[in-house]
Amino acid sequence: MSNIVFSVIARDLKLAMRRQADIVSALFFFIIVVSLFPLGIGPELDLLRQLAPGVLWVAALLATMLSLPRLFADDHRDGTLEQLALSPHPLGLVVTGKVIAHWLVSGLPLALIAPVLGIQFDLSGEALLVLTGAILLGTPALSGIGAIGAALTLGLRGGGVLLSLLVLPLYIPVLIFGAGAVDATVSGLGGEGHLSLLAAMTIAAIGFAPWASAAALKIALE
Amino acid sequence: MNDRFNLYRFSSPATFYPLAGKMIPWFIAAGTLLGLVGLYIGMLVAPTDFQQGEGYRIIFIHVPTSWMSMFIYLVMAFWAAIGLAFNTRLSGMMAQALAPTGALMAFLSLWTGALWGKPMWGTWWVWDARLTSELILLFLYIGYMALVAAIDDARRADKAGGILLLVGVVNIPIIYFSVKWWNTLHQGSSVNLTKSSMAEIMLWGMLLMALAFWMYSIAVALARVRTIILERECHTDWVRAELTGGKS
Repeated sequence: MSNIVFSVIARDLKLAMRRQADIVSALFFFIIVVSLFPLGIGPELDLLRQLAPGVLWVAALLATMLSLPRLFADDHRDGTLEQLALSPHPLGLVVTGKVIAHWLVSGLPLALIAPVLGIQFDLSGEALLVLTGAILLGTPALSGIGAIGAALTLGLRGGGVLLSLLVLPLYIPVLIFGAGAVDATVSGLGGEGHLSLLAAMTIAAIGFAPWASAAALKIALE
Repeated sequence: MNDRFNLYRFSSPATFYPLAGKMIPWFIAAGTLLGLVGLYIGMLVAPTDFQQGEGYRIIFIHVPTSWMSMFIYLVMAFWAAIGLAFNTRLSGMMAQALAPTGALMAFLSLWTGALWGKPMWGTWWVWDARLTSELILLFLYIGYMALVAAIDDARRADKAGGILLLVGVVNIPIIYFSVKWWNTLHQGSSVNLTKSSMAEIMLWGMLLMALAFWMYSIAVALARVRTIILERECHTDWVRAELTGGKS
């Protein structure tokens, strides 16, 4: 049963590696958005240090969303998605594989680059560590919830804008606890509670969201 | 097939359409009556609040609209679940008919809240947990309406919207509690909406107004669902007969 998950992950990763420019451009979108904030706000380090967690997280939300429309669209266009839906494997497991692959090419790079951007905002070493951990723990939930939105808007006109309308309100809890973990660490309260809640959301999202997306995909394929 | 009264008969748009038409005047009458009595109690009978003066009277609109905005989302999710489980056509239409009213209620609740907040708190907007989650609820309504409007195929729109509603209803408690916790962490509970005691007459006024808004929402949703039924079923004979007065 887990075979199908792994083979979908391997397939999607191989496809992503053939088009590395997409991964890199989403990553640079993240970097550019984060770099715009100091230019808009001013270079005072005290202010930037306070804003850093929120800015990095909002940019991470937007960067994840940018790559969502393509989660199913390419497979839908060439008919692969229908074949996957017709296969004897539960569609939910297929989507689980796609969600994990999406996280590996969109969420994981964000977590790896985030500490570098955090230094620009003069975050302390401990805060950088928590920030990286929070993005690592939180972005899988973004991929999972986003998959529902991507499945619902599959093949619709204006899909990208619509997707952001559907998905961004649902991202709010992840944003709150992701940025809150860093805030709590900086203020000395300790971010463990926030990180635990982030992990809980990710587990719930990875567990349930693929099945909701699978239901939405079946409607789109009817 | 038999003469026993069967409730399921009305799950068909063709039989529900005339029933809805018969029910609308009753709900309008009930809403108007309750609203007039509620406004009379709220504006004239209820005493002036010793802390907040006359300005507090906006709660007779504000609280019922907030209640309705939350309740209507739950009703929509209920219809969505029924529609997905039993594949009934009318359920999706009901959910769609309710959505604009729910969004209106959420908007009115935010607006009256701002009007109330300016004289009481000295600001139009605070990032209070309730205000923020009401705003997010408005976003959810708008997302649902945007999704349904973007899908041309009516059946797919019903089902996709239904899934979104169910996902939303699962998320609402998570969003509410995260916003609440975020709020207490950031600024402490500087504002407290709930008063320790409320005069009984105020409570009655509020309940009557809530019922009035409820009746209004039902009446408007039924009127809207009738339009949706006509639009969706325009290829059928009974709609043609209905529209031409049986003459075609």
